[in-house]
Amino acid sequence: MARIELNNLSHSYKANPSGPSDYALKPMTMTWEDGGAYALLGPSGCGKTTLLNIISGLVIPSQGQVKFGDTDVTRLATEKRNIAQVFQFPVIYDTMTVAENLAFPLRNRKVDPARIEARVKEVARMVGLTAELSRKARGLTADMKQKISLGRGLVREDVGAVLFDEPLTVIDPHMKWVLRGELKRIHQQSKTTMVYVTHDQTEALTFADKVVVMSDGEVVQVGTPQQLFEQPAHTFVGYFIGSPGMNVMSAIVSGNKANIGGNEIVLARDYGLIDSSKKVEIGVRPEFLQLATGTIGHPIVIRRVEDAGRYKIVRAELAGQPICLQVGEDAPVPSEAARITIDPARVHVYADGHLVRA
Amino acid sequence: MDARPINNRAWFLVAPVVLLVAFNAILPLMTVVSYSVQDTFGNNEFFWNGIGWYKELLDPHAELGGRFFDALWRSGLYSALILAIEVPLGIVVSLAMPKKGPWVAVCLVLMALPLLVPWNVVGTIWQIFARGDIGLLGWVINHLGIPYNYTADSLSAWFTIITMDVWHWTSLIALLCYAGLKSIPDAFYQAARIDGATRWSVFRFIELPKLRRVLLIGVLLRFMDSFMIYTEPFVVTGGGPGNSTTMLSIDLVKIALGQFDLGKAAALSIVYYLIILTACWIFYTVMNNVDADTKEGAS
Amino acid sequence: MTVVLDRVSKLVAGAPHIRDVSITLQPGSINVLLGPTLSGKTSLMRLLAGLDAPTSGRLLVEGKDVTGVEVRKRSVAMVYQQFINYPAMTVYENIASPLRVRGAPKAEIDARVRDAARLMRLEPYLARTPLSLSGGQQQRTAIARALVKGADLVLLDEPLANLDYKLREELRSELPRIFGGSKAIFVYATTEPSEALLLGGNTATLHQGAITQFGPTVDVYRAPHDRQTAEVFSDPPMNFLPATVQGGAVQTSAGQALPMLGTLQGLPAGSYQLGFRPSNVSLSSVNGASIAMPGTVAVSEITGSESYIHLDTPAGRWIALTPGVRDLAPGQPIEVFLDPARFFVFASDGSLVRAPQRATAQGGQ
Repeated sequence: MARIELNNLSHSYKANPSGPSDYALKPMTMTWEDGGAYALLGPSGCGKTTLLNIISGLVIPSQGQVKFGDTDVTRLATEKRNIAQVFQFPVIYDTMTVAENLAFPLRNRKVDPARIEARVKEVARMVGLTAELSRKARGLTADMKQKISLGRGLVREDVGAVLFDEPLTVIDPHMKWVLRGELKRIHQQSKTTMVYVTHDQTEALTFADKVVVMSDGEVVQVGTPQQLFEQPAHTFVGYFIGSPGMNVMSAIVSGNKANIGGNEIVLARDYGLIDSSKKVEIGVRPEFLQLATGTIGHPIVIRRVEDAGRYKIVRAELAGQPICLQVGEDAPVPSEAARITIDPARVHVYADGHLVRA
Repeated sequence: MDARPINNRAWFLVAPVVLLVAFNAILPLMTVVSYSVQDTFGNNEFFWNGIGWYKELLDPHAELGGRFFDALWRSGLYSALILAIEVPLGIVVSLAMPKKGPWVAVCLVLMALPLLVPWNVVGTIWQIFARGDIGLLGWVINHLGIPYNYTADSLSAWFTIITMDVWHWTSLIALLCYAGLKSIPDAFYQAARIDGATRWSVFRFIELPKLRRVLLIGVLLRFMDSFMIYTEPFVVTGGGPGNSTTMLSIDLVKIALGQFDLGKAAALSIVYYLIILTACWIFYTVMNNVDADTKEGAS
Repeated sequence: MTVVLDRVSKLVAGAPHIRDVSITLQPGSINVLLGPTLSGKTSLMRLLAGLDAPTSGRLLVEGKDVTGVEVRKRSVAMVYQQFINYPAMTVYENIASPLRVRGAPKAEIDARVRDAARLMRLEPYLARTPLSLSGGQQQRTAIARALVKGADLVLLDEPLANLDYKLREELRSELPRIFGGSKAIFVYATTEPSEALLLGGNTATLHQGAITQFGPTVDVYRAPHDRQTAEVFSDPPMNFLPATVQGGAVQTSAGQALPMLGTLQGLPAGSYQLGFRPSNVSLSSVNGASIAMPGTVAVSEITGSESYIHLDTPAGRWIALTPGVRDLAPGQPIEVFLDPARFFVFASDGSLVRAPQRATAQGGQ
């Protein structure tokens, strides 16, 4: 299986949708290359699980087309699609051992037993379950059970894509680090297309080569983690990615200056005239604001300082609008009044939420 | 079990129930034990017999013992047949019942109806239903050329009482299994589809394991009830033809109320009671082991 | 109203779920129970609430022994991970329910419900039923209901765990403000160290049913008493390097010599575990990061502005957190640099010997 193509795909769970709000998935067209690691990122209800289920065949879309390589699979049954899915909580067959669990999909497809054994050993080594092969699947920890689910997906040699539906939900924070690293390593080793659905931006950004940010049934931006971080195409992406998210403040932009309540902020380029009917905002990430000394910079009023361990979050107000910045864990923070400097290269201008490009 | 904070008031609330149970069950039970070691015809004359009745009961060559083992065999066979038919049938019905949509309520009501009919009414319904002359079932079977007369032929009699019990009680297993099936998350079925599992595999590896506990309860209830059955077969066949459908309970009543041989009947009662108690204890132990098994891997 | 747990233990079917816990909770404090799943957080909260009785030990409220007193008689409110609200009542009625049970006058109920709704930003939703709201709003309703009860002890068992990442962030940043206004004791269970840090207050780290350390959160974070506490209270997991001190020189278990700088200065002879956080592993030797360690890249994760690099070293698997985008290929050899001033030194029995000094006012950013 080569790539996954979505052509003008949309879906409504209602029989007779009357307007855009009835659509769980609004029309979208996208191509995912073979062997890539993709993430679908967005809040609950944004349509990411619907999209995943359409790709796996558990849901037939009301409009549009899904192609695997050159084959139209839109209405093809799940069993015939050569995909695997790992769910939110581990799905294992309790009555079987780990080895039998891994062998199950191959047995159902009547693969030669010698080949099954070899393949099970190989996949067990890939996911790190070799030592547990003869144990009953029932008594294992949550992360090992998720590995079994993953292994069951990878064991079929013709599997074209592995889909993950928030698979780390039941895993402890410490194990999450280990398992995430393993998933990435497995992806690099097996070179299978992997699509990962989550609402956790850290999971999405660390796993995927390309992230699809979704909101309210539509695709807001597709890009590498770096692109999404440095050039959010929409204020929603700016808010959703990064912890804390991007600062978005109303401003009046003219030429190469933005005015926030009397504070003039220098911008990287000349923005000319922006349609006055649109809501104009500027966005800048907390990581790109610096506390300044002396009389340079813009005055802010500090409301609260949160300790996040390796950095501190300073929550403040600039001309009445909330703004937050990140400072190092050992950096001194003044108690109330302070000044900040803003790097013009890191400031973006948004009109009605959309990035104003050059 | 948790050590809950003690609430002494609870004992006062339980006291009336304790008294009632003592009056209705424990005292009569003691009376039966007392009768079982004596010889009496209920006329207030008691002769000590020690374990005489028990020896006679457990001796297959004695008249009482022979009768006891015959009835025991019949009851055992009856229970076995009942379980062999009702359990698989109940599971199949529960699998066929819809889980979502408007028909769910209709199905549940239909399934519950047979369970609500009073037991002697069930017997009466079937007694008429199976008659060769005016009963629909009897008439149809005879018309198909199969000789069927439950008053004269013991095979027909057994067929009738078994079919009646299946009609009456399969719903219980079906409803229990239905509840068990409903608790299986969708993701398991989806994963099975993706794994390419056949319908039988899905049943064997997903549904049946999750139904284990529920099925044990169902089998326990059905075994107890069918082993102790009295009303329904008695109303239909009276224990006949001859004594071909005389179950343990029917035999017991014959001895106690028919012959007034209370000593023998009491001994029979006690042995009967002990058999059922042992079976229940075995089920209970197995159920607890199943529980422990499923708990250790719970995620 | 002070709550004291005195040598409390809880055994379930012979297995210890809580071991010998003794802590004192002050009124008006936020106390975080931090630990992995099955470490005893929920068991401990149930003991505090009176839903369970301890196998041994006492529970004292304001000096009075209330061990074994049922939860109905105590002043406790609880918020769960699953958003538990009365589905058939509106948000207003849900929040009012504890006051109605108590029989408070209508005017008082109305005032307090509206106060709580304002605090939890639920005013526009008062007439709706919980199931028509988002997860975040349902949980806010549950928290409002717990607060309005005015209980002396408010227990929250991983209340944000079922919420989306961003909703969790939002609600979490509001919690200090919400809790701050009350004189009650708040006990908050979580598996995430970052939540403990952001909530502030005090933290108790749990490991297999025992509390390894209890104190102001910042202290537990920067000066953990032992290795167990340091491991529980780090996200990403802390990296460790075994080393021995002999004849005035430090050597790693792989034979590499380390300079006696930073927290290693003047260490007595013995074998130690050096712990350091992923953010203190650099890819370049600047700012005091003077110790070079060889390794091989296992996997490189990019979060947009930073990169997590998982690497295999002679001392095991480490995670390095570096600023910037570093897409390193697996299998690539790499050299990382450690700052001895940032080492936590643990003795072989796990107890803390040295912790990094907190930077003084002249520290840069």
